[in-house]
Amino acid sequence: MELIDITAIWVGLVGLAVIMYVVLDGFDLGVGILYPFMPDERARDDVMRSVAPVWDGNETWLVLGGAGLLAAFPAMYSILLPALYLGVFLLLAGLIFRGVAFEFRFKSRRSRPWWNAAFAGGSIVAAAAQGIVIGAFVQGIEVEGMVYVGGAFDWLTPFTLFTALSLVLGYALLGATWGIMKTEGTTQQWLYRVTPLLVVAVALCLLVVSLWTPLTQPQVMERWLSEWPRLLPLPLLGALALLLLWWAVQERREYLPFFAAIGLFLSAFAGIVASKWPYAIPPHVTFDEAASAPESQLFILLGILFMLPIIIGYTTWTYWVFRGKVRPSTGYS
Amino acid sequence: MEALDPLLLSRLQFAFVVSFHAIFPVFTIGLAAYIAVLEGLWYRSNDDRYRQLAEHWTRIFAVVFGMGVVSGVVMSFQFGTNWSNFAYATANFIGPILSYEVLTAFFLEAVFLGILLFGRDRVPRGTHLFAACMVAIGTFISSFWILSANSWMQTPAGFEWRDGIVYVTSWSEAIFNPSLWYRFAHVAVASLLTGGFVVAGVSAYYLLRKRAVEVHRKALSMAMWMILCAAPAQALVGDMHGLHTFEKQPIKVAAMEGNWHTRTGAPLYLIAWPDAEAEAHRFSIGIPNAASFILTHDWHGEVPGLTEVPAAERPPVGPVFWSFRVMLAIGFVMIAVALWGAWLRWRGRLYESRALHRVLQWMIPAPFVAVLAGWFVTEIGRSPWLVYGQMSLSEGVTPSLTGAMALATLIGYIVVYGIIFWAGIYYLSRIVIKGPEGYAQPRPPEIYPLRPMAVVDVSFDDDPGAETAGAEHNAYTLGESRSAEQRTGSDGVGGAGGPEGPDRDREQRGGKRHGVD
Repeated sequence: MELIDITAIWVGLVGLAVIMYVVLDGFDLGVGILYPFMPDERARDDVMRSVAPVWDGNETWLVLGGAGLLAAFPAMYSILLPALYLGVFLLLAGLIFRGVAFEFRFKSRRSRPWWNAAFAGGSIVAAAAQGIVIGAFVQGIEVEGMVYVGGAFDWLTPFTLFTALSLVLGYALLGATWGIMKTEGTTQQWLYRVTPLLVVAVALCLLVVSLWTPLTQPQVMERWLSEWPRLLPLPLLGALALLLLWWAVQERREYLPFFAAIGLFLSAFAGIVASKWPYAIPPHVTFDEAASAPESQLFILLGILFMLPIIIGYTTWTYWVFRGKVRPSTGYS
Repeated sequence: MEALDPLLLSRLQFAFVVSFHAIFPVFTIGLAAYIAVLEGLWYRSNDDRYRQLAEHWTRIFAVVFGMGVVSGVVMSFQFGTNWSNFAYATANFIGPILSYEVLTAFFLEAVFLGILLFGRDRVPRGTHLFAACMVAIGTFISSFWILSANSWMQTPAGFEWRDGIVYVTSWSEAIFNPSLWYRFAHVAVASLLTGGFVVAGVSAYYLLRKRAVEVHRKALSMAMWMILCAAPAQALVGDMHGLHTFEKQPIKVAAMEGNWHTRTGAPLYLIAWPDAEAEAHRFSIGIPNAASFILTHDWHGEVPGLTEVPAAERPPVGPVFWSFRVMLAIGFVMIAVALWGAWLRWRGRLYESRALHRVLQWMIPAPFVAVLAGWFVTEIGRSPWLVYGQMSLSEGVTPSLTGAMALATLIGYIVVYGIIFWAGIYYLSRIVIKGPEGYAQPRPPEIYPLRPMAVVDVSFDDDPGAETAGAEHNAYTLGESRSAEQRTGSDGVGGAGGPEGPDRDREQRGGKRHGVD
């Protein structure tokens, strides 16, 4: 062990970037997922305006994650991306359509249904692709000599399809609770009615994934049995977050549902990490093996340590500037 | 089936996505600098024309920047999807460089772009000018990092191989590798030229239609000065870059010149039909001894030919040769236009010459074509190397990639980019057609979302409702009515009904600023 384990710091940083991305872009993707089901254009305007100021910054975390992964864990970058080749394309295409729809929807009227469809479709495809990434990570990736050796469609299994569905529903839940916080009136009422359905659906998904994974993967089963009961707080935290979320919605709380939903995501994320630790690419490559040269990790770490507080400060400031309720649109009905 | 070669398809795909992406940053770098200058001039002189121009071009900037961001996200994953062996082998250098680009440049741009786009009425004028400068600097920093990575692939330095992995031995030698500054200068001047020709062309468009003549004369004059400085300077910088390439990558230069065999007194071919099989031109017209003179400053100097290296190590001659000529031809036309403009200015007819204005209008696409042609020369000329002399393209490609997958995503990107390119160009042309005189009153900043295109209040499609202002159909309607209230309070103009002329627009803005102060 060196004086300071830089790789360990980098695991933390990449984890932070993933959480930041999943929570932040999660709720604005979720808004897009809910889009086709919204009662009217006014509700669509409301929720879109609630995410419009921040979605750009949210997606920057993905770019930072991609570049950071290449810098700190090049093996993850150069194995995961080829392994998920078509999924990555779908993810990027979804994000592009959705990003452009954001800009042009507000400025169109005749072509608006088209941009609505682009926004919803792009969001759903991007969310599902991310769900597939998580599923493929959990089910394992075929590697030989730090090179992906699997086929083009290895990622396409019933399990990954199910994780894709789960993440789409999970993001929809995040988006709905975000919407509760940011809107009022009929839009908020609709979101209050939808959220309990999503809570039940997400709870079922989590339950299925939590059973499916250890039953098909002895390694995961053994991890949870050998660490028992030290890992017990993770599922308990998840269950607690679900109950809190349910209660908060019944009580018509405005802020609590969103933060309970974040808690749910954190517990699920921690659960995946705990199941797979210390593997960067399950089931063979560890974080230490995937790491880049220490001098490269150090070189970019200096920049991160200097810039990350500023970036987080800027992000916080943006959310502060756009705090409070979205104002209802009055111009057209 | 041999037709679906993953290597070839990956090269096509990378060429396509990077070419598509490159045209946006090249434009925004030049435009950001122009906007910063306009803001600076307005700050110093208080001449309202500068403010109108700054606001007009900031709107165009917002759309182009947005498209650059969207297409740039794809770039950050291309290395991994199609070139994973390259990514893995060179990550110790390329990874930190790309990360620094995100951290230093994207961040700087994002923070200050918000203030530039939405902060005009919110922050003091000095701060707004500062933000404009920071955005401009951010675009240059971004190009510095990405060109450092690209130059390192052309003239690698400051590293050693250990077990097939690049380890950086000297960060300063690797980052400031031999061709970095030539390339950076060449691209920076190209960006300024691109900005200059677009501004000149759009200003000429307005002058030909006699719209807001005073404002656009100013813009045309500024752009023509810029072109007059930058176009000849680019010839100089390009020549230095070329001579440096001749020293470091002689085979690339041999392909650019279409020189098959090492010889003295090599001619400069104007046109040629290269034949790789015969290692000769089927047909050519050239200036005797000129290539030798340009490259060695000696009419009888010896220049190495392509046959110095085995056929497998030569770049495809035709594309490099012809891209180089397209770039040069456009460069010389640019210099000619710059001199023509200077001559007209000297004769006092810069603003009257319809012929010049028409030519400028037609030349709007020219800098983009020149930039892409230049990229083709330098990138195709590097092949078959990915990292020059160190790693070949076939060594860098993703091993698991099949031709069908590469083809599927290539078609996918063409379709996706085709759609957003159409939408972006269509929308940009609408902003230009609407012009600076058509702008609605700026709304209070707090209702603006902080994202690039939100600053643009031009409708995407024709909308009959837009004519009845005050209930403008975009989503910020409450802001609309709030600013209307503010206007009523400050200068009594009221709900902004009916068409807005430039004078009236200016009056309202003046009134509003007064009210806010």
